[in-house]
Amino acid sequence: MSNAVEVQGLVKTYNKGEIKALKGLDLVVPQGKVLGVLGPNGAGKTTAVSILSTLLIPDAGQGVVAGYDLLKEPNKVRENIGLSGQFAAVDEILTGFENLHMFGRLYGMSNSEATARANELLAMFNLTDAGNRPAKGYSGGMRRRLDVAGALVARPQVIFLDEPTTGLDPQSRLGLWKTIRQLVADGASLLLTTQYLEEADHLADSIVVIDHGEEIAAGTADELKTQLGGDRVELTLTPGQSIEDAKSALAQFASGEIQVNEEDAQLLFPVDGGTTTLTRVLNELESKNIETIDAGLRRPTLDDVFLSLTGHTAEGDLIEKEEAADETEVV
Amino acid sequence: MSMLTDTAVVAKRNVIKIKRVPEVLVFVLLSPIMFVLLFAFIFGGAIDVPGSNYKEFLIAGIFAQTVMFGATFTGVGIAEDMQKGIISRFRSLPMHPSAVLAGRTGSDVIYNILSLLIMSLTGLLVGWSIHSSVPQAVLGYVLLLLFAYAFSWVMAYIALIVPSVEVINNASFMVIFPLTFIANTFVPLETLPGPLQVFAEWNPISAITQATRELFGNLPPGAQVPDAWSLQNPILYSLIWIVIIFVIFAPLAVLRYKKLGRK
Ligand SMILES: Nc1ncnc2c1ncn2[C@@H]1O[C@H](COP(=O)(O)OP(=O)(O)O)[C@@H](O)[C@H]1O
Ligand SMILES: [Mg+2]
Repeated sequence: MSNAVEVQGLVKTYNKGEIKALKGLDLVVPQGKVLGVLGPNGAGKTTAVSILSTLLIPDAGQGVVAGYDLLKEPNKVRENIGLSGQFAAVDEILTGFENLHMFGRLYGMSNSEATARANELLAMFNLTDAGNRPAKGYSGGMRRRLDVAGALVARPQVIFLDEPTTGLDPQSRLGLWKTIRQLVADGASLLLTTQYLEEADHLADSIVVIDHGEEIAAGTADELKTQLGGDRVELTLTPGQSIEDAKSALAQFASGEIQVNEEDAQLLFPVDGGTTTLTRVLNELESKNIETIDAGLRRPTLDDVFLSLTGHTAEGDLIEKEEAADETEVV
Repeated sequence: MSMLTDTAVVAKRNVIKIKRVPEVLVFVLLSPIMFVLLFAFIFGGAIDVPGSNYKEFLIAGIFAQTVMFGATFTGVGIAEDMQKGIISRFRSLPMHPSAVLAGRTGSDVIYNILSLLIMSLTGLLVGWSIHSSVPQAVLGYVLLLLFAYAFSWVMAYIALIVPSVEVINNASFMVIFPLTFIANTFVPLETLPGPLQVFAEWNPISAITQATRELFGNLPPGAQVPDAWSLQNPILYSLIWIVIIFVIFAPLAVLRYKKLGRK
Protein backbone atom coordinates (compact mmCIF):
# COMPACT_ATOMS: atom_id res chain seq x y z
CA MET A 1 0.00 0.00 0.00
CA SER A 2 1.18 3.53 -0.69
CA ASN A 3 2.24 5.89 2.07
CA ALA A 4 -0.32 8.03 3.84
CA VAL A 5 2.01 11.00 3.69
CA GLU A 6 5.00 11.37 1.45
CA VAL A 7 6.52 14.81 0.95
CA GLN A 8 9.90 15.84 -0.33
CA GLY A 9 12.04 18.92 -0.06
CA LEU A 10 9.69 21.19 1.86
CA VAL A 11 11.08 24.70 2.01
CA LYS A 12 9.31 27.59 3.71
CA THR A 13 10.60 31.02 4.54
CA TYR A 14 8.87 33.87 6.36
CA ASN A 15 9.44 37.62 6.24
CA LYS A 16 10.58 37.60 2.62
CA GLY A 17 13.19 34.93 3.12
CA GLU A 18 14.61 36.29 6.35
CA ILE A 19 13.37 33.45 8.51
CA LYS A 20 14.06 29.98 7.12
CA ALA A 21 11.47 27.87 8.88
CA LEU A 22 12.00 24.72 6.74
CA LYS A 23 15.11 23.98 4.72
CA GLY A 24 14.20 20.98 2.60
CA LEU A 25 12.36 18.55 4.83
CA ASP A 26 11.22 15.08 3.73
CA LEU A 27 8.54 13.26 5.67
CA VAL A 28 6.99 9.84 5.18
CA VAL A 29 4.13 8.32 7.15
CA PRO A 30 3.45 4.73 6.10
CA GLN A 31 -0.19 3.63 5.99
CA GLY A 32 -1.50 2.93 9.48
CA LYS A 33 1.67 4.09 11.24
CA VAL A 34 2.56 6.94 13.55
CA LEU A 35 5.35 9.33 12.69
CA GLY A 36 6.59 11.46 15.54
CA VAL A 37 8.15 14.77 14.55
CA LEU A 38 10.29 15.75 17.47
CA GLY A 39 11.89 19.13 17.88
CA PRO A 40 12.28 22.08 20.21
CA ASN A 41 10.34 25.33 19.95
CA GLY A 42 10.92 27.04 16.61
CA ALA A 43 12.19 23.87 14.91
CA GLY A 44 9.55 24.16 12.17
CA LYS A 45 7.00 21.60 13.36
CA THR A 46 3.94 23.82 13.02
CA THR A 47 5.11 25.09 9.65
CA ALA A 48 5.43 21.50 8.42
CA VAL A 49 1.99 20.50 9.72
CA SER A 50 0.45 23.64 8.19
CA ILE A 51 1.87 22.73 4.80
CA LEU A 52 0.72 19.12 5.07
CA SER A 53 -2.79 20.22 5.99
CA THR A 54 -2.95 22.69 3.05
CA LEU A 55 -3.03 25.79 5.27
CA LEU A 56 0.29 27.01 3.98
CA ILE A 57 1.82 26.79 0.53
CA PRO A 58 5.51 25.85 0.59
CA ASP A 59 8.12 27.88 -1.30
CA ALA A 60 9.44 24.61 -2.68
CA GLY A 61 8.77 20.94 -2.30
CA GLN A 62 5.94 18.62 -3.22
CA GLY A 63 4.14 15.61 -2.01
CA VAL A 64 1.14 13.42 -1.66
CA VAL A 65 -1.16 13.32 1.35
CA ALA A 66 -3.92 10.71 1.63
CA GLY A 67 -3.39 9.84 -2.03
CA TYR A 68 -3.78 13.36 -3.43
CA ASP A 69 -1.25 15.90 -4.61
CA LEU A 70 -0.83 18.48 -1.91
CA LEU A 71 -0.50 21.43 -4.27
CA LYS A 72 -2.75 20.35 -7.15
CA GLU A 73 -5.71 18.93 -5.25
CA PRO A 74 -5.80 20.64 -1.87
CA ASN A 75 -9.56 20.23 -1.53
CA LYS A 76 -9.30 16.48 -2.04
CA VAL A 77 -6.58 16.41 0.60
CA ARG A 78 -8.84 18.35 2.99
CA GLU A 79 -11.63 15.81 2.53
CA ASN A 80 -9.35 13.08 3.77
CA ILE A 81 -7.40 14.60 6.63
CA GLY A 82 -8.14 15.69 10.16
CA LEU A 83 -6.17 18.43 11.86
CA SER A 84 -5.76 19.48 15.43
CA GLY A 85 -3.49 22.51 15.40
CA GLN A 86 -1.02 23.58 18.05
CA PHE A 87 -3.50 25.93 19.69
CA ALA A 88 -6.87 24.30 20.11
CA ALA A 89 -9.12 26.25 17.74
CA VAL A 90 -12.43 25.40 19.32
CA ASP A 91 -15.16 27.98 19.09
CA GLU A 92 -15.61 29.08 22.68
CA ILE A 93 -19.10 30.44 22.29
CA LEU A 94 -20.43 27.23 20.78
CA THR A 95 -21.01 24.14 22.88
CA GLY A 96 -18.90 21.05 22.42
CA PHE A 97 -21.74 19.45 20.50
CA GLU A 98 -22.23 22.47 18.25
CA ASN A 99 -18.52 22.60 17.43
CA LEU A 100 -18.50 18.97 16.30
CA HIS A 101 -21.86 19.17 14.57
CA MET A 102 -20.69 22.23 12.60
CA PHE A 103 -17.59 20.38 11.41
CA GLY A 104 -19.71 17.41 10.40
CA ARG A 105 -21.93 19.65 8.28
CA LEU A 106 -18.91 21.33 6.72
CA TYR A 107 -17.51 17.91 5.82
CA GLY A 108 -20.74 17.40 3.90
CA MET A 109 -22.67 15.22 6.34
CA SER A 110 -26.43 15.49 6.63
CA ASN A 111 -27.89 17.03 9.75
CA SER A 112 -28.69 13.65 11.31
CA GLU A 113 -25.33 12.11 10.37
CA ALA A 114 -23.54 15.08 11.89
CA THR A 115 -25.62 14.82 15.06
CA ALA A 116 -24.91 11.11 15.45
CA ARG A 117 -21.19 11.56 14.82
CA ALA A 118 -20.94 14.49 17.25
CA ASN A 119 -22.58 12.48 20.02
CA GLU A 120 -20.39 9.49 19.27
CA LEU A 121 -17.22 11.59 19.53
CA LEU A 122 -18.35 13.36 22.68
CA ALA A 123 -18.77 9.93 24.28
CA MET A 124 -15.43 8.70 22.96
CA PHE A 125 -13.63 11.73 24.40
CA ASN A 126 -15.48 11.68 27.68
CA LEU A 127 -17.23 14.96 26.97
CA THR A 128 -20.84 13.83 26.93
CA ASP A 129 -21.69 15.64 30.16
CA ALA A 130 -20.03 18.84 29.02
CA GLY A 131 -21.37 18.55 25.49
CA ASN A 132 -24.16 21.06 25.93
CA ARG A 133 -22.08 23.70 27.68
CA PRO A 134 -20.26 26.42 25.76
CA ALA A 135 -16.59 25.50 25.32
CA LYS A 136 -15.63 28.74 27.08
CA GLY A 137 -15.99 26.96 30.41
CA TYR A 138 -13.86 23.96 29.41
CA SER A 139 -10.49 23.24 31.00
CA GLY A 140 -7.37 23.08 28.84
CA GLY A 141 -7.59 19.31 28.70
CA MET A 142 -11.24 19.35 27.67
CA ARG A 143 -10.61 21.90 24.94
CA ARG A 144 -7.76 19.86 23.58
CA ARG A 145 -9.91 16.74 23.58
CA LEU A 146 -12.68 18.59 21.78
CA ASP A 147 -10.19 19.86 19.23
CA VAL A 148 -8.82 16.37 18.60
CA ALA A 149 -12.39 15.08 18.39
CA GLY A 150 -13.01 17.73 15.74
CA ALA A 151 -10.15 16.32 13.71
CA LEU A 152 -11.86 12.93 13.68
CA VAL A 153 -15.35 13.99 12.62
CA ALA A 154 -15.07 12.75 9.05
CA ARG A 155 -13.20 9.56 10.03
CA PRO A 156 -10.11 10.76 8.13
CA GLN A 157 -7.48 8.33 6.91
CA VAL A 158 -4.70 10.72 7.86
CA ILE A 159 -4.57 12.70 11.08
CA PHE A 160 -2.25 15.54 12.02
CA LEU A 161 -1.83 16.46 15.66
CA ASP A 162 0.44 19.43 16.39
CA GLU A 163 1.73 19.21 19.96
CA PRO A 164 -1.47 17.58 21.19
CA THR A 165 -0.43 17.34 24.83
CA THR A 166 1.57 20.54 25.32
CA GLY A 167 0.24 22.39 28.34
CA LEU A 168 -1.83 19.47 29.61
CA ASP A 169 -1.60 18.12 33.12
CA PRO A 170 -0.09 14.62 33.36
CA GLN A 171 -3.43 12.93 33.85
CA SER A 172 -4.99 14.50 30.75
CA ARG A 173 -1.86 13.67 28.81
CA LEU A 174 -2.13 9.99 29.69
CA GLY A 175 -5.80 10.03 28.72
CA LEU A 176 -5.01 11.54 25.34
CA TRP A 177 -2.21 9.04 24.74
CA LYS A 178 -4.68 6.25 25.28
CA THR A 179 -7.09 7.76 22.76
CA ILE A 180 -4.33 8.27 20.23
CA ARG A 181 -3.22 4.67 20.50
CA GLN A 182 -6.81 3.61 19.96
CA LEU A 183 -7.07 5.69 16.79
CA VAL A 184 -4.05 4.02 15.34
CA ALA A 185 -5.32 0.62 16.35
CA ASP A 186 -8.41 1.47 14.29
CA GLY A 187 -6.23 1.94 11.23
CA ALA A 188 -5.61 5.69 10.96
CA SER A 189 -2.24 7.06 9.89
CA LEU A 190 -0.94 9.75 12.16
CA LEU A 191 1.66 12.46 12.14
CA LEU A 192 2.24 13.90 15.56
CA THR A 193 4.59 16.64 16.59
CA THR A 194 5.93 16.96 20.06
CA GLN A 195 8.59 18.48 22.24
CA TYR A 196 8.17 15.60 24.65
CA LEU A 197 10.78 13.01 24.02
CA GLU A 198 8.89 10.57 26.16
CA GLU A 199 5.78 11.12 24.07
CA ALA A 200 7.49 10.33 20.78
CA ASP A 201 9.05 7.26 22.35
CA HIS A 202 5.67 6.16 23.61
CA LEU A 203 3.41 6.79 20.62
CA ALA A 204 5.47 6.85 17.46
CA ASP A 205 6.50 3.93 15.26
CA SER A 206 9.24 6.07 13.87
CA ILE A 207 10.66 9.43 14.76
CA VAL A 208 12.13 12.31 12.80
CA VAL A 209 14.14 14.70 14.91
CA ILE A 210 14.18 18.21 13.43
CA ASP A 211 15.98 21.35 14.45
CA HIS A 212 16.16 24.69 12.62
CA GLY A 213 13.97 23.36 9.81
CA GLU A 214 16.11 20.33 9.03
CA GLU A 215 16.07 16.66 9.81
CA ILE A 216 18.95 15.84 12.10
CA ALA A 217 18.10 12.22 12.79
CA ALA A 218 15.49 9.66 11.91
CA GLY A 219 14.58 6.13 12.84
CA THR A 220 12.70 4.19 15.46
CA ALA A 221 13.17 5.20 19.08
CA ASP A 222 15.37 2.11 19.50
CA GLU A 223 17.50 2.97 16.47
CA LEU A 224 18.03 6.49 17.74
CA LYS A 225 19.09 5.14 21.08
CA THR A 226 21.48 2.68 19.45
CA GLN A 227 23.13 5.58 17.66
CA LEU A 228 24.38 6.58 21.08
CA GLY A 229 26.07 3.22 21.65
CA GLY A 230 23.15 1.28 23.05
CA ASP A 231 22.78 0.21 26.66
CA ARG A 232 25.17 1.03 29.42
CA VAL A 233 25.85 -0.69 32.71
CA GLU A 234 26.10 1.54 35.74
CA LEU A 235 27.69 0.18 38.94
CA THR A 236 28.35 1.62 42.37
CA LEU A 237 30.87 -0.31 44.47
CA THR A 238 30.62 -0.83 48.21
CA PRO A 239 33.04 1.54 50.00
CA GLY A 240 36.56 0.04 50.39
CA GLN A 241 36.38 -2.05 47.21
CA SER A 242 39.17 -1.61 44.71
CA ILE A 243 38.04 0.28 41.64
CA GLU A 244 41.08 -0.97 39.70
CA ASP A 245 40.19 -4.63 40.38
CA ALA A 246 36.65 -4.04 39.26
CA LYS A 247 37.79 -2.28 36.13
CA SER A 248 40.05 -5.10 35.04
CA ALA A 249 37.38 -7.69 35.78
CA LEU A 250 34.86 -5.83 33.65
CA ALA A 251 37.04 -5.00 30.65
CA GLN A 252 35.86 -8.15 28.84
CA PHE A 253 32.21 -6.98 28.89
CA ALA A 254 32.67 -3.37 27.88
CA SER A 255 32.06 -2.56 24.22
CA GLY A 256 33.70 0.83 24.75
CA GLU A 257 35.54 2.92 27.26
CA ILE A 258 34.86 2.36 30.96
CA GLN A 259 34.17 5.68 32.66
CA VAL A 260 35.12 5.88 36.32
CA ASN A 261 33.91 8.26 38.97
CA GLU A 262 36.41 7.75 41.85
CA GLU A 263 34.58 9.92 44.34
CA ASP A 264 31.30 8.00 44.23
CA ALA A 265 32.97 4.66 43.36
CA GLN A 266 30.92 4.46 40.17
CA LEU A 267 31.68 2.75 36.88
CA LEU A 268 29.81 3.30 33.62
CA PHE A 269 30.43 1.41 30.38
CA PRO A 270 28.61 0.53 27.19
CA VAL A 271 27.63 -3.11 26.61
CA ASP A 272 26.06 -5.26 23.94
CA GLY A 273 23.37 -7.71 24.93
CA GLY A 274 21.32 -5.88 27.54
CA THR A 275 20.15 -7.73 30.64
CA THR A 276 22.00 -10.98 29.81
CA THR A 277 25.24 -9.04 29.91
CA LEU A 278 24.21 -7.39 33.16
CA THR A 279 23.70 -10.82 34.76
CA ARG A 280 27.08 -11.98 33.54
CA VAL A 281 28.68 -8.79 34.88
CA LEU A 282 27.19 -9.40 38.31
CA ASN A 283 28.24 -13.07 38.34
CA GLU A 284 31.79 -12.11 37.42
CA LEU A 285 31.98 -9.53 40.21
CA GLU A 286 30.60 -12.03 42.73
CA SER A 287 33.18 -14.64 41.74
CA LYS A 288 35.88 -12.01 42.29
CA ASN A 289 34.31 -11.04 45.66
CA ILE A 290 33.79 -7.47 44.57
CA GLU A 291 30.67 -6.10 46.27
CA THR A 292 28.30 -3.56 44.80
CA ILE A 293 25.67 -1.29 46.40
CA ASP A 294 23.88 -0.67 43.17
CA ALA A 295 23.98 -2.06 39.67
CA GLY A 296 21.74 -1.43 36.69
CA LEU A 297 21.27 -1.20 33.00
CA ARG A 298 20.77 2.32 31.76
CA ARG A 299 19.22 2.79 28.35
CA PRO A 300 19.95 6.14 26.75
CA THR A 301 16.86 8.33 26.80
CA LEU A 302 15.72 10.39 23.87
CA ASP A 303 17.02 13.31 25.89
CA ASP A 304 20.49 11.90 25.45
CA VAL A 305 19.84 11.53 21.75
CA PHE A 306 18.66 15.08 21.54
CA LEU A 307 21.53 16.47 23.48
CA SER A 308 24.11 14.70 21.40
CA LEU A 309 22.41 15.64 18.11
CA THR A 310 21.57 19.27 18.73
CA GLY A 311 24.00 20.29 21.43
CA HIS A 312 21.09 21.45 23.52
CA THR A 313 18.42 19.63 25.42
CA ALA A 314 14.70 20.04 24.95
CA GLU A 315 14.34 19.44 28.66
CA GLY A 316 14.41 23.16 29.55
CA ASP A 317 11.20 23.76 27.66
CA LEU A 318 9.76 20.60 29.04
CA ILE A 319 10.23 21.57 32.65
CA GLU A 320 8.68 24.97 32.10
CA LYS A 321 5.72 23.42 30.32
CA GLU A 322 5.16 20.88 33.05
CA GLU A 323 5.13 23.57 35.67
CA ALA A 324 2.62 25.50 33.62
CA ALA A 325 0.59 22.33 33.24
CA ASP A 326 0.38 21.89 36.98
CA GLU A 327 -1.67 25.04 37.13
CA THR A 328 -4.18 23.85 34.58
CA GLU A 329 -7.28 22.25 35.92
CA VAL A 330 -7.24 18.50 36.19
CA VAL A 331 -9.98 16.89 34.16
CA MET B 1 -24.88 23.28 -3.41
CA SER B 2 -21.99 22.94 -0.99
CA MET B 3 -21.54 26.69 -1.29
CA LEU B 4 -25.07 27.28 0.03
CA THR B 5 -24.96 24.69 2.82
CA ASP B 6 -21.49 25.78 3.95
CA THR B 7 -22.58 29.41 3.98
CA ALA B 8 -25.71 28.53 5.95
CA VAL B 9 -23.66 26.53 8.49
CA VAL B 10 -21.24 29.42 9.03
CA ALA B 11 -24.10 31.91 9.25
CA LYS B 12 -25.87 29.73 11.80
CA ARG B 13 -22.74 29.69 13.95
CA ASN B 14 -22.61 33.48 13.87
CA VAL B 15 -26.27 33.76 14.77
CA ILE B 16 -25.70 31.51 17.78
CA LYS B 17 -22.96 33.93 18.81
CA ILE B 18 -25.30 36.90 18.54
CA LYS B 19 -27.69 35.11 20.88
CA ARG B 20 -25.03 33.95 23.37
CA VAL B 21 -23.14 37.23 23.68
CA PRO B 22 -26.00 39.65 24.25
CA GLU B 23 -23.54 42.34 25.43
CA VAL B 24 -22.60 42.95 21.81
CA LEU B 25 -26.23 43.23 20.83
CA VAL B 26 -26.94 45.69 23.63
CA PHE B 27 -24.07 47.84 22.43
CA VAL B 28 -25.23 47.56 18.84
CA LEU B 29 -28.70 48.67 19.81
CA LEU B 30 -27.89 51.27 22.44
CA SER B 31 -25.61 53.44 20.38
CA PRO B 32 -28.19 54.12 17.64
CA ILE B 33 -30.77 55.00 20.29
CA MET B 34 -28.26 57.36 21.85
CA PHE B 35 -27.53 58.91 18.46
CA VAL B 36 -31.19 59.50 17.70
CA LEU B 37 -31.80 61.11 21.07
CA LEU B 38 -28.62 63.22 21.08
CA PHE B 39 -29.15 64.62 17.62
CA ALA B 40 -32.86 65.11 17.99
CA PHE B 41 -32.67 66.99 21.27
CA ILE B 42 -29.25 68.66 21.20
CA PHE B 43 -28.84 69.68 17.58
CA GLY B 44 -32.52 69.64 16.78
CA GLY B 45 -32.95 73.25 17.89
CA ALA B 46 -29.66 74.49 16.43
CA ILE B 47 -29.86 73.15 12.91
CA ASP B 48 -32.38 74.74 10.66
CA VAL B 49 -33.76 72.75 7.76
CA PRO B 50 -35.76 74.98 5.44
CA GLY B 51 -39.37 73.92 5.27
CA SER B 52 -38.93 70.84 7.38
CA ASN B 53 -38.68 69.68 10.92
CA TYR B 54 -35.16 68.51 11.90
CA LYS B 55 -36.25 65.19 13.34
CA GLU B 56 -37.88 64.23 10.05
CA PHE B 57 -34.70 65.25 8.28
CA LEU B 58 -32.33 63.59 10.73
CA ILE B 59 -33.53 59.99 10.95
CA ALA B 60 -32.51 58.87 7.45
CA GLY B 61 -29.03 60.31 8.06
CA ILE B 62 -28.64 58.47 11.33
CA PHE B 63 -29.87 55.26 9.69
CA ALA B 64 -27.25 55.59 6.97
CA GLN B 65 -24.45 56.25 9.44
CA THR B 66 -25.45 53.43 11.78
CA VAL B 67 -25.68 50.74 9.11
CA MET B 68 -22.22 51.80 7.93
CA PHE B 69 -20.91 51.19 11.44
CA GLY B 70 -22.74 47.88 11.44
CA ALA B 71 -20.36 46.72 8.72
CA THR B 72 -17.52 47.19 11.18
CA PHE B 73 -18.82 44.16 13.06
CA THR B 74 -18.08 42.04 10.02
CA GLY B 75 -14.47 43.18 10.09
CA VAL B 76 -14.13 42.72 13.83
CA GLY B 77 -15.69 39.25 13.69
CA ILE B 78 -13.35 38.08 10.95
CA ALA B 79 -10.30 39.58 12.67
CA GLU B 80 -11.20 37.72 15.87
CA ASP B 81 -11.69 34.46 14.02
CA MET B 82 -8.33 34.92 12.32
CA GLN B 83 -6.59 35.56 15.62
CA LYS B 84 -8.20 32.61 17.36
CA GLY B 85 -7.22 30.19 14.59
CA ILE B 86 -10.87 29.55 13.66
CA ILE B 87 -10.29 30.68 10.09
CA SER B 88 -7.32 28.32 9.78
CA ARG B 89 -9.46 25.54 11.10
CA PHE B 90 -12.14 26.32 8.51
CA ARG B 91 -9.47 26.39 5.84
CA SER B 92 -8.42 22.85 6.72
CA LEU B 93 -11.96 21.65 5.91
CA PRO B 94 -13.22 20.86 2.41
CA MET B 95 -15.39 23.99 2.33
CA HIS B 96 -16.37 26.28 -0.48
CA PRO B 97 -13.81 29.12 -0.39
CA SER B 98 -16.39 31.89 -0.24
CA ALA B 99 -18.60 30.28 2.42
CA VAL B 100 -16.83 31.69 5.48
CA LEU B 101 -17.08 35.25 4.17
CA ALA B 102 -20.56 34.90 2.71
CA GLY B 103 -21.80 33.36 5.97
CA ARG B 104 -20.31 36.16 8.00
CA THR B 105 -21.51 39.06 5.86
CA GLY B 106 -24.91 37.40 5.53
CA SER B 107 -25.44 36.84 9.25
CA ASP B 108 -24.25 40.35 10.11
CA VAL B 109 -27.25 41.75 8.22
CA ILE B 110 -29.19 40.69 11.33
CA TYR B 111 -27.36 43.33 13.40
CA ASN B 112 -28.45 45.99 10.96
CA ILE B 113 -32.03 44.78 10.79
CA LEU B 114 -32.24 44.94 14.57
CA SER B 115 -30.62 48.34 14.81
CA LEU B 116 -32.90 49.76 12.09
CA LEU B 117 -35.86 48.38 13.99
CA ILE B 118 -34.77 49.90 17.30
CA MET B 119 -33.89 53.23 15.69
CA SER B 120 -37.25 53.37 13.95
CA LEU B 121 -39.05 52.84 17.25
CA THR B 122 -36.93 55.50 18.94
CA GLY B 123 -37.58 57.79 15.98
CA LEU B 124 -41.32 57.31 16.34
CA LEU B 125 -41.03 58.24 20.01
CA VAL B 126 -39.25 61.52 19.27
CA GLY B 127 -41.76 62.52 16.62
CA TRP B 128 -40.45 61.09 13.35
CA SER B 129 -42.70 59.06 11.11
CA ILE B 130 -42.98 57.58 7.65
CA HIS B 131 -45.32 59.46 5.33
CA SER B 132 -45.09 57.27 2.26
CA SER B 133 -46.56 53.90 1.27
CA VAL B 134 -45.49 50.56 2.73
CA PRO B 135 -43.66 49.40 -0.44
CA GLN B 136 -41.74 52.67 -0.58
CA ALA B 137 -40.76 52.42 3.07
CA VAL B 138 -39.69 48.80 2.62
CA LEU B 139 -37.61 49.82 -0.37
CA GLY B 140 -35.97 52.47 1.80
CA TYR B 141 -34.97 49.90 4.42
CA VAL B 142 -33.82 47.42 1.78
CA LEU B 143 -31.63 50.05 0.16
CA LEU B 144 -29.96 50.79 3.51
CA LEU B 145 -29.40 47.10 4.18
CA LEU B 146 -28.01 46.45 0.71
CA PHE B 147 -25.58 49.32 1.04
CA ALA B 148 -24.42 48.07 4.44
CA TYR B 149 -24.10 44.55 3.06
CA ALA B 150 -21.90 45.69 0.18
CA PHE B 151 -19.81 47.76 2.56
CA SER B 152 -19.35 44.79 4.92
CA TRP B 153 -17.37 43.09 2.13
CA VAL B 154 -14.96 46.03 2.23
CA MET B 155 -14.51 45.46 5.95
CA ALA B 156 -14.12 41.71 5.38
CA TYR B 157 -11.35 42.39 2.89
CA ILE B 158 -9.58 44.77 5.28
CA ALA B 159 -9.87 42.25 8.13
CA LEU B 160 -8.23 39.54 6.06
CA ILE B 161 -5.30 41.86 5.33
CA VAL B 162 -4.97 43.30 8.84
CA PRO B 163 -6.52 40.86 11.29
CA SER B 164 -6.49 43.20 14.26
CA VAL B 165 -9.64 44.32 16.06
CA GLU B 166 -8.03 47.64 17.04
CA VAL B 167 -6.92 48.42 13.50
CA ILE B 168 -10.35 47.52 12.11
CA ASN B 169 -12.07 49.77 14.62
CA ASN B 170 -9.72 52.69 13.97
CA ALA B 171 -9.79 52.24 10.22
CA SER B 172 -13.56 52.17 10.12
CA PHE B 173 -13.80 55.31 12.25
CA MET B 174 -11.40 57.06 9.92
CA VAL B 175 -13.39 56.08 6.86
CA ILE B 176 -16.93 56.23 8.19
CA PHE B 177 -16.80 59.52 10.07
CA PRO B 178 -15.65 61.71 7.17
CA LEU B 179 -17.92 59.87 4.74
CA THR B 180 -20.98 60.23 6.92
CA PHE B 181 -20.34 63.81 8.06
CA ILE B 182 -19.29 65.36 4.76
CA ALA B 183 -22.73 64.56 3.45
CA ASN B 184 -26.34 65.59 3.80
CA THR B 185 -26.80 63.22 6.75
CA PHE B 186 -26.97 65.74 9.61
CA VAL B 187 -27.06 69.15 7.95
CA PRO B 188 -28.49 70.41 4.66
CA LEU B 189 -25.89 70.36 1.86
CA GLU B 190 -26.13 74.12 1.25
CA THR B 191 -24.55 74.79 4.63
CA LEU B 192 -21.30 73.03 3.66
CA PRO B 193 -18.39 75.13 2.28
CA GLY B 194 -17.86 74.97 -1.52
CA PRO B 195 -15.41 72.10 -2.21
CA LEU B 196 -16.87 69.93 0.54
CA GLN B 197 -20.28 70.55 -0.97
CA VAL B 198 -19.19 69.02 -4.28
CA PHE B 199 -17.75 66.03 -2.48
CA ALA B 200 -20.92 65.71 -0.45
CA GLU B 201 -23.12 65.84 -3.54
CA TRP B 202 -21.37 62.83 -5.07
CA ASN B 203 -20.79 61.03 -1.79
CA PRO B 204 -22.81 57.78 -1.94
CA ILE B 205 -23.86 58.33 1.67
CA SER B 206 -25.65 61.50 0.60
CA ALA B 207 -27.46 59.59 -2.11
CA ILE B 208 -28.47 56.80 0.27
CA THR B 209 -29.71 59.38 2.74
CA GLN B 210 -31.53 61.36 0.06
CA ALA B 211 -33.11 58.18 -1.32
CA THR B 212 -34.21 57.08 2.12
CA ARG B 213 -35.72 60.49 2.90
CA GLU B 214 -37.63 60.38 -0.37
CA LEU B 215 -38.81 56.83 0.17
CA PHE B 216 -39.92 57.56 3.74
CA GLY B 217 -41.65 60.74 2.65
CA ASN B 218 -39.49 62.78 5.00
CA LEU B 219 -38.86 65.64 2.57
CA PRO B 220 -41.18 68.62 2.82
CA PRO B 221 -43.40 69.15 -0.22
CA GLY B 222 -41.63 71.20 -2.85
CA ALA B 223 -38.23 70.76 -1.17
CA GLN B 224 -35.25 71.91 -3.24
CA VAL B 225 -33.08 69.00 -4.40
CA PRO B 226 -29.50 69.96 -5.31
CA ASP B 227 -28.72 70.00 -9.02
CA ALA B 228 -26.22 67.13 -8.97
CA TRP B 229 -27.35 64.07 -10.98
CA SER B 230 -26.44 61.86 -8.02
CA LEU B 231 -29.06 63.55 -5.84
CA GLN B 232 -31.62 63.97 -8.61
CA ASN B 233 -31.52 60.17 -9.05
CA PRO B 234 -30.50 59.01 -5.59
CA ILE B 235 -31.96 55.49 -5.77
CA LEU B 236 -30.26 54.69 -9.05
CA TYR B 237 -27.01 56.32 -7.93
CA SER B 238 -27.09 54.36 -4.66
CA LEU B 239 -27.72 51.10 -6.49
CA ILE B 240 -24.80 51.81 -8.81
CA TRP B 241 -22.53 52.23 -5.79
CA ILE B 242 -23.88 49.11 -4.12
CA VAL B 243 -23.17 47.06 -7.23
CA ILE B 244 -19.72 48.58 -7.76
CA ILE B 245 -18.63 48.03 -4.15
CA PHE B 246 -19.95 44.48 -4.11
CA VAL B 247 -18.55 43.52 -7.50
CA ILE B 248 -15.10 44.80 -6.56
CA PHE B 249 -14.77 43.83 -2.93
CA ALA B 250 -16.56 40.47 -2.72
CA PRO B 251 -14.18 38.84 -5.26
CA LEU B 252 -11.20 40.65 -3.76
CA ALA B 253 -12.02 39.36 -0.30
CA VAL B 254 -12.61 35.80 -1.54
CA LEU B 255 -9.35 35.90 -3.48
CA ARG B 256 -7.55 37.14 -0.42
CA TYR B 257 -9.12 34.34 1.62
CA LYS B 258 -7.95 31.77 -0.90
CA LYS B 259 -4.44 33.18 -0.75
CA LEU B 260 -4.13 33.11 3.03
CA GLY B 261 -1.80 30.14 2.58
CA ARG B 262 0.80 32.24 0.77
CA LYS B 263 2.10 34.31 3.66
N1 LIG C 1 3.84 33.52 10.55
C1 LIG C 1 5.17 33.59 10.79
N2 LIG C 1 5.86 34.70 10.48
C2 LIG C 1 7.18 34.78 10.71
N3 LIG C 1 7.91 33.80 11.26
C3 LIG C 1 7.29 32.66 11.61
C4 LIG C 1 5.89 32.50 11.40
N4 LIG C 1 5.53 31.27 11.84
C5 LIG C 1 6.66 30.70 12.30
N5 LIG C 1 7.72 31.52 12.16
C6 LIG C 1 9.12 31.21 12.51
O1 LIG C 1 9.49 30.04 11.81
C7 LIG C 1 10.24 29.16 12.64
C8 LIG C 1 9.53 27.83 12.77
O2 LIG C 1 8.32 28.05 13.49
P1 LIG C 1 7.30 26.88 13.80
O3 LIG C 1 7.02 26.12 12.57
O4 LIG C 1 6.15 27.51 14.50
O5 LIG C 1 8.13 25.97 14.81
P2 LIG C 1 7.62 24.96 15.94
O6 LIG C 1 6.20 24.63 15.66
O7 LIG C 1 8.52 23.79 15.81
O8 LIG C 1 7.79 25.64 17.24
C9 LIG C 1 10.44 29.91 13.95
O9 LIG C 1 11.68 30.57 13.89
C10 LIG C 1 9.29 30.87 13.98
O10 LIG C 1 9.65 32.01 14.72
MG1 LIG D 1 4.62 24.82 16.83
